[in-house]
Amino acid sequence: MTTTETTSGSKVLGQRVLRREDPELLTGEAKFSDDLAIPGALHMAVLRSTVAHGRITSIDTSAARSRPGVVAVYTYQDLKDDWAGPMPCAWPVTADMKNPAHFPLANGNVNYVGDGVAVVVAESKTAAVDALEAIEVDYEELDPVLDLEESISDSNVIHSEIGTNLSYTWELIPNKDAVDEAFAKAAHTVSERYIQQRLVPSAMEPRSVVVVPAPFGGDYTVYSATQVPHILKVMLALTVGISETKLRVVAPSVGGGFGSKLNVYAEEVLALALARKLRRPVRWTEERSENAVATIHGRGQIQNIELAADADGKVTAVRVNLVADMGAYLQLVTPGIPLLGAFLYHGVYDIPNYSFTCRSVFTNKTPTDAYRGAGRPEATYAIERAMDALARKLGVSAVEIRKRNFIPAESFPYSSSAGLVFDSGDYLTNFNKALDMVGMDELLAEKKLRIDAGSRKLLGIGISFFVEMCGLAPSRVLASLNYGAGGWEAATVRILPTSKIQVVTGTAPHGQGHETAWSMIVAEKLGVPMADIEVLHSDTAIAPYGMDTYGSRSLAVGGTAIHIATERVLDKAKAIAAHQLEVAEEDLDYAEGIFTVKGSPDRAFPLAAAAFEAFTAHNLPDGMEPNLEASVTWDPPNFTFPYGSHIAVVEVDTETGKVDLVRYQAVDDCGNRVNPLIIEGQVHGGIAQGVAQALFEEAAYDSAGNLLSATLADYLVPSAAELPSFELGETVTPSPTNPLGVKGIGEAGTIASTPAVMNAVVDALSHLGVENIEMPASPERVWRAIDGATRR
Amino acid sequence: MFPSTFDYVRAGSVAEAISILDGSEDAKLIAGGHSLLPLMKLRLAAPSTLVDIGRLSELSFIEDRGDHVAIGALTRHRDLETSAVLKNSVPILSHVAGEVGDPAVRHRGTIGGSIAHGDGASDLPAAVLALDATMVVRSAAGERTVPATSFFKGFLETDLAQGEVLTEIRVPKTSGGWSYKKFNRRAQDWAIVGVAVVRNGSTRISLVNMGSTPLRASASENAINQGASIEEAAHLASEGIDPPSDLNASAEYRRHLASVLVRRALQEASA
Ligand SMILES: Cc1cc2nc3c(=O)[nH]c(=O)nc-3n(C[C@H](O)[C@H](O)[C@H](O)COP(=O)(O)OP(=O)(O)OC[C@H]3O[C@@H](n4cnc5c(N)ncnc54)[C@H](O)[C@@H]3O)c2cc1C
Repeated sequence: MTTTETTSGSKVLGQRVLRREDPELLTGEAKFSDDLAIPGALHMAVLRSTVAHGRITSIDTSAARSRPGVVAVYTYQDLKDDWAGPMPCAWPVTADMKNPAHFPLANGNVNYVGDGVAVVVAESKTAAVDALEAIEVDYEELDPVLDLEESISDSNVIHSEIGTNLSYTWELIPNKDAVDEAFAKAAHTVSERYIQQRLVPSAMEPRSVVVVPAPFGGDYTVYSATQVPHILKVMLALTVGISETKLRVVAPSVGGGFGSKLNVYAEEVLALALARKLRRPVRWTEERSENAVATIHGRGQIQNIELAADADGKVTAVRVNLVADMGAYLQLVTPGIPLLGAFLYHGVYDIPNYSFTCRSVFTNKTPTDAYRGAGRPEATYAIERAMDALARKLGVSAVEIRKRNFIPAESFPYSSSAGLVFDSGDYLTNFNKALDMVGMDELLAEKKLRIDAGSRKLLGIGISFFVEMCGLAPSRVLASLNYGAGGWEAATVRILPTSKIQVVTGTAPHGQGHETAWSMIVAEKLGVPMADIEVLHSDTAIAPYGMDTYGSRSLAVGGTAIHIATERVLDKAKAIAAHQLEVAEEDLDYAEGIFTVKGSPDRAFPLAAAAFEAFTAHNLPDGMEPNLEASVTWDPPNFTFPYGSHIAVVEVDTETGKVDLVRYQAVDDCGNRVNPLIIEGQVHGGIAQGVAQALFEEAAYDSAGNLLSATLADYLVPSAAELPSFELGETVTPSPTNPLGVKGIGEAGTIASTPAVMNAVVDALSHLGVENIEMPASPERVWRAIDGATRR
Repeated sequence: MFPSTFDYVRAGSVAEAISILDGSEDAKLIAGGHSLLPLMKLRLAAPSTLVDIGRLSELSFIEDRGDHVAIGALTRHRDLETSAVLKNSVPILSHVAGEVGDPAVRHRGTIGGSIAHGDGASDLPAAVLALDATMVVRSAAGERTVPATSFFKGFLETDLAQGEVLTEIRVPKTSGGWSYKKFNRRAQDWAIVGVAVVRNGSTRISLVNMGSTPLRASASENAINQGASIEEAAHLASEGIDPPSDLNASAEYRRHLASVLVRRALQEASA
């Protein structure tokens, strides 16, 4: 790994700058929510339902209440006046969406294993956990609804008050007749059914919350392991019924989220409500096995995708029918997740006719919500798998089918049949680079050689070319999707009297390296050392405005806000310099922290001096306000559309069915590259997470609705040992959407890698007649697919 | 993931450990803690007292004793993995120890703890079974020895009684071929199926995670020892065996894997 020491001056963008966050994290100095020492804090523990669907017929908390160290034990009935309303869902995707009331503790019925039933507050964590065992709950068990297609039949309705398991149907069908006609006229069609298994996000740091009432009452500081301190503040204020002015939310160091901490959770509501009720700090940290059932799951869809193509294999229409698993309740953005993929089922291909329908249903399982990529991995999976199926049908290669259908470089900005405008792209160039780097011809030859030799280790090569919409999001587009908030981001840049610089951002990093990247943006613009720049974030008292971090938005939206704020600060400094030097602003040059008069470089005025002038305000231009600070809220005009070619090479042991990922080539285009080191880190982790879905991870349930993979011994998060050294390349197509020309990279690897690996597995076995294998492609599943195909 | 409350005593000697165990109904020894603590955290075990023998250096040794190697029960997996004596005289055992879990587990876990735990899914119990090792057990009543073949009794159940300490494992030296095939999905995991083959005069084959205890593949052993081909012997790998079904593998798939792995192991041990 090569890094750079260039951390100053205006050539810092694009350098491999080491992350300034890392020393603290790597030495254990960083403080996570659970690390915070809060004197007098009470510990909370939640008793969780052991049945997937049932009625609580009795709860007896008396024994638990009398245990040593226990302060209180509460059920729904005890607390129903302690919150102002049910748990929030901020994305009512349709006017008639069904959203059953969801409270921090179960109100009569339990609807998934893990549903909160009672809460213990005690003087120590162990006292709280021990007391859980003393609570007696009787359930009348009801049949659980676990299967999506059974759910949709409404033969067993989970929430009787809404009378159906169908939360909503959402359609994007710009021209149905045209789609029907394309299918009627098609020379070739494919119709595929894929299952997106549920995944457990498994952030390294479990969830954690500490609520501290101020010593004199009336206001509360909430420390939470959250990706969304700003959203959390608004939602807690509304849900618990506390004035927003009395709430401060701080996200200390946060150890990963992947969307699972983009939420408002029962324990956050409980901790705040109980801190108010008991007038003492209340804290809670999730146990690892709780994380598996009580933090949201990702994915969970049945995807039906059909393609119509002409005789040349040019795709003329795509029709998608999804059934999406909401789980037992709607969490913060649960219903919107399928919509984030809804516009992308044509992938990178110029497909003129588009039809998308999603029916979203309840099941007696943990609620689903955003998980790295959120909707876009699902869409990419379906189209990239289906393109391979079409190629097989036509007898052309996976490379060829893609080349025949790419959106051509000259048609950008490209208006898609799903209604988006893709900002920029040159897919063919990117693809050719990836094919070249991976050595596609040699791989194909090697694959054939092994088949011909009757090898027990077959080679499979899988391609996935992805595009995603990220940089969430233009607020008006969010309005059209019924999302309950805007998509802007806020930034303040201030140069202090001593010329040190504070950058305040509304983004909320939890491992991404924002402090490094944001410093680079400011250092580049001002030509000052990164070491002079401090980035402040994740505390609503310091950064009151923000829309937080998710959806690969932080750089494209938040970074842009910082960039523009820096420009404004520089403009103001320039006006001060011009005033001091008694020249017109146009006559000034600026470089590396110093204004100089054009043509007479010895007449100079440093930025630092301008900062001090702005502070003393002794001699500012008439009408100018003191201080050197600018605040900007940037609402992006469009999404950004990163893309890239990912190619996976697998070896399949035909006797055992075991799949080994032996090579992985990615060529990503995320627009201009701020810090390649951070980009590569995001791509590496992203690929690993997508590979995990393809080969390892699954939230598997038994027929009673118990999560079988509820420990990390059973839920197979892969480690470095299961992964090859990733081979990375890039192309750079700047985005015209923002002045930095950046797109986003946080989710790319996850979006692309799952179909790449699954296409590779199927490719290794397709000559035997294998066309599909469900994920994760476990050795047994692969063995059965081979067995089934060879017996046929 | 918090255990129930328990008392903790650190034993200064084997004798002291025995006397504490004898004075308690459900006290448990703790060695590396890498099997016991997970059970306690999941509240599947709740001993009232833990007797820590983890620092009894008298039980940590690997000694060449002529026809066999004696291994102290507290010898860590990592010490087995790197032992020159074992690499020379019982190479399969140091190899198997290197296949256990991940480096952290191998630095804490002990061979005695692994064998006393008696998990049919663990690597070392199956290895000592294929090696025809002998367990040395001490209690207030004195010392006794138990052959591996009669040591593993049932699911997490061994011949050890309350009040007994496994002190030593005696492993016959091997001179012939050997193989250990561990099939799993992630490097740090337990075997979905594992096969140990030791050729030391006759051929002994043991299976990991094919039942509630480590098992001998008797039908395969008999076949190969009576001159059947490797293929034929491998076919019989799970004869008379009723393997478990779980998330990773159905019983049917385990049977299939056992045949494939026994074949591969026999081939490797014969090469
Ligand atoms: C993440 C992880 C992965 C693992 N992966 C594997 C794997 O791949 N393969 C594998 O085989 N194992 C694996 N293990 C288990 C590991 O090998 C354990 O360390 C070992 O099985 C137990 O040894 P210990 O010293 O830790 O025993 P402890 O946990 O201390 O004790 C286990 C049991 O044995 C008893 N005991 C301990 N010592 C004695 C003694 N001298 N006499 C009598 N009774 C005794 C204890 O009372 C307890 O009941 C893994 C463990 C973990 C945590």
